[in-house]
Amino acid sequence: MNQLFYAVTTMAAGVLACVAYFYVTNRLLDRVFLSKGFTGAQASRNLRRANAIRPWLFMAPAIVALAVYLVYPVFESVRLSFHGRDGRAFVGLDNYLWMVTDGEFRQSIVNNFLWLLVVPALSTVFGLVIAALTDRIWWGNLARTLIFMPMAISFVGAAVIWKFVYDYRSAGNEQIGLLNALVVWLGAAPEAWMTIPFWNNFFLMAILIWIQTGFAMVILSAALRGIPQETVEAAVIDGANGVQIFFRIMVPQIRGAIAVVWTTITILVLKVFDIVLAMTNGQWQTQVLANLMFDWMFRGGGDFGRGAAIAVVIMMLVVPIMIWNIRNATRETEGR
Amino acid sequence: MTASARLPLVFVVHLSVFLLVVLWTIPTAGLLISSLRDKDQLAASGWWTAFSTSSQNLTGRAASPETQVERDGGFVVAGSLLEGGKKAKVSAFGVRPMQPAAFEAGAIAGIGDGRMLTVREDGSYELVSPVRMEGTRGQRIFYTAAVPPRFTLDNYREVLSAEGIGASFVNSLTVAIPSTVIPILVAAFCAYALAWMRFPGRAILIAVVVGLLVVPLQMSLIPLLKLYNGVGAFFGVPAKTYVGIWLAHMGFGLPLAIYLLRNYMAGLPREIMESARIDGAGDFDIFVKIVLPLSFPALASFAIFQFLWTWNDLLVAMVFLGTGDDELVLTGRLVNLLGSRGGNWEILTASAFVTIVVPLVVFFSLQRYLVRGLLAGSVKGG
Repeated sequence: MNQLFYAVTTMAAGVLACVAYFYVTNRLLDRVFLSKGFTGAQASRNLRRANAIRPWLFMAPAIVALAVYLVYPVFESVRLSFHGRDGRAFVGLDNYLWMVTDGEFRQSIVNNFLWLLVVPALSTVFGLVIAALTDRIWWGNLARTLIFMPMAISFVGAAVIWKFVYDYRSAGNEQIGLLNALVVWLGAAPEAWMTIPFWNNFFLMAILIWIQTGFAMVILSAALRGIPQETVEAAVIDGANGVQIFFRIMVPQIRGAIAVVWTTITILVLKVFDIVLAMTNGQWQTQVLANLMFDWMFRGGGDFGRGAAIAVVIMMLVVPIMIWNIRNATRETEGR
Repeated sequence: MTASARLPLVFVVHLSVFLLVVLWTIPTAGLLISSLRDKDQLAASGWWTAFSTSSQNLTGRAASPETQVERDGGFVVAGSLLEGGKKAKVSAFGVRPMQPAAFEAGAIAGIGDGRMLTVREDGSYELVSPVRMEGTRGQRIFYTAAVPPRFTLDNYREVLSAEGIGASFVNSLTVAIPSTVIPILVAAFCAYALAWMRFPGRAILIAVVVGLLVVPLQMSLIPLLKLYNGVGAFFGVPAKTYVGIWLAHMGFGLPLAIYLLRNYMAGLPREIMESARIDGAGDFDIFVKIVLPLSFPALASFAIFQFLWTWNDLLVAMVFLGTGDDELVLTGRLVNLLGSRGGNWEILTASAFVTIVVPLVVFFSLQRYLVRGLLAGSVKGG
């Protein structure tokens, strides 16, 4: 409890310090460049100067934080990836050459591509189908809330939930894992799902799909509602059936939203770490890049060079989406 | 939907949505129900049987021979297998591990050396021997019993104290609350400048913020770990502290915060700001008195995101916070339990539910803001 008190006090102090910073610097600026009391040219020059500085005062804390926590590390990681395990000796491309020949890394790349193919696709499809279906029924809101709920659950919490579903006991014993109970009830033999190479990846992916479908559903459901009713009505008059309306009229109109959902989940997939760590920690050929990177960060006292090189690979995979996002955002702000 | 209002089709829609909802909620329901079950029952049968009476194979021990009394020329040890308020109905019993159900309840079983054992349905037993019994350990008795469902908070009591979940709960709060509150003001000022102030480089800064939105956390970990170690060594303080993780969470949360708030603020009506400016208000006053109060929905959306993210985070806490009892957060504790208590589902389910209950409460009470934030944060360029 003491600790919580400490946290709340620090929080209050932090907020107060922020308020004080903004207030004091702003006052100071007004003092230094007085606009009242001067006349004509002097006053307007002072006002102009103050207004040129003010935005930077407003942004300074955020810019410093972004620079320290995100911008500098990006460059530093790239630099470290060309250096040895403690970051001192320059080793050129050694870390990257090591990667290409390392079996575990290649395993991770293959698995990551599997994840990238399956998770965004299935989450989006499920999200779209659920959004379209729940739009038509009176208890749609309740259904949406329940499907959206896993969003709030941590990856580790979700891992425990699903580990329980996948729980395995040898044949002949009473199964307490739902999946194996179902399998036994259907007359097949129970399996230790986590230890079946290749297919176990899909059991891990199911967890992320379970979490992300709600996100896709919320975004796509809003997009579906934004479709002009006239286009649908026109299609009805022309004799289109429900399926045709959905695929030919509705889906093309929400293409933008689908792209956003897809890219957002893609980025999340690249960073997925907790699920693999909690479920298998990369055993039975389920390793992925993010978990491998974490592993190398601390393995045998930590190899910062290799860890950084793996991080750079993850970054490279994100860059195309980043550029696409920036382009869209810039177009939007220019249009304003 | 005129064309699709036909009855069978509507029925199919209802049914498929129902199935999807069941599929999505049943894993969590299983966890919750299991965490409330008696731990012996949890280990013996699936949670979907939680409400029905289950048949269990149990082991008990008769009272020690020291308690024997002489009666009718024999020596008798008597008592009940179901002590401590347990309710069950015994159907069979035995004394060998290979034949745990050799005799029916109520039967008188010869178990060697002329000894006779009876176990009745209510769990009471009677062991009769023609000669005085030796030793201090009582006879082992295997029995099959129909146990009625039992729900209890014992699992929660255990994990909160003995497994350290209670301490970790406080740690998680300690991490999440300041990490949520501190960035808000910093981001809001920056967002206002990017939305409503004119200065050279604004477009580039916005582009940078959008770019930073997707930078993987993995890029930051190693450089920051080195930085923290360096700062810690330089000032002679520990490298892993709460202050460190608060600042880290702030840094990682800022791009989303600035982006969300800027989009929202840019959508506020220009007239309000212009009329205030005509009345002689400066940017500082406009921001504090007009923009900040109007931006409350966006601030709330961000706060919810940031809280969920910091509460649910594992990676940042594993790198920037220690693993002592006063620093290990809930997610980290849960990962440790998965390793050390892998088969003890009563511990795992209860612990997991404690870790997810706060986000769930936040989710159900503030869902409106969450949805609004999601829409503002991602529907763009569409």
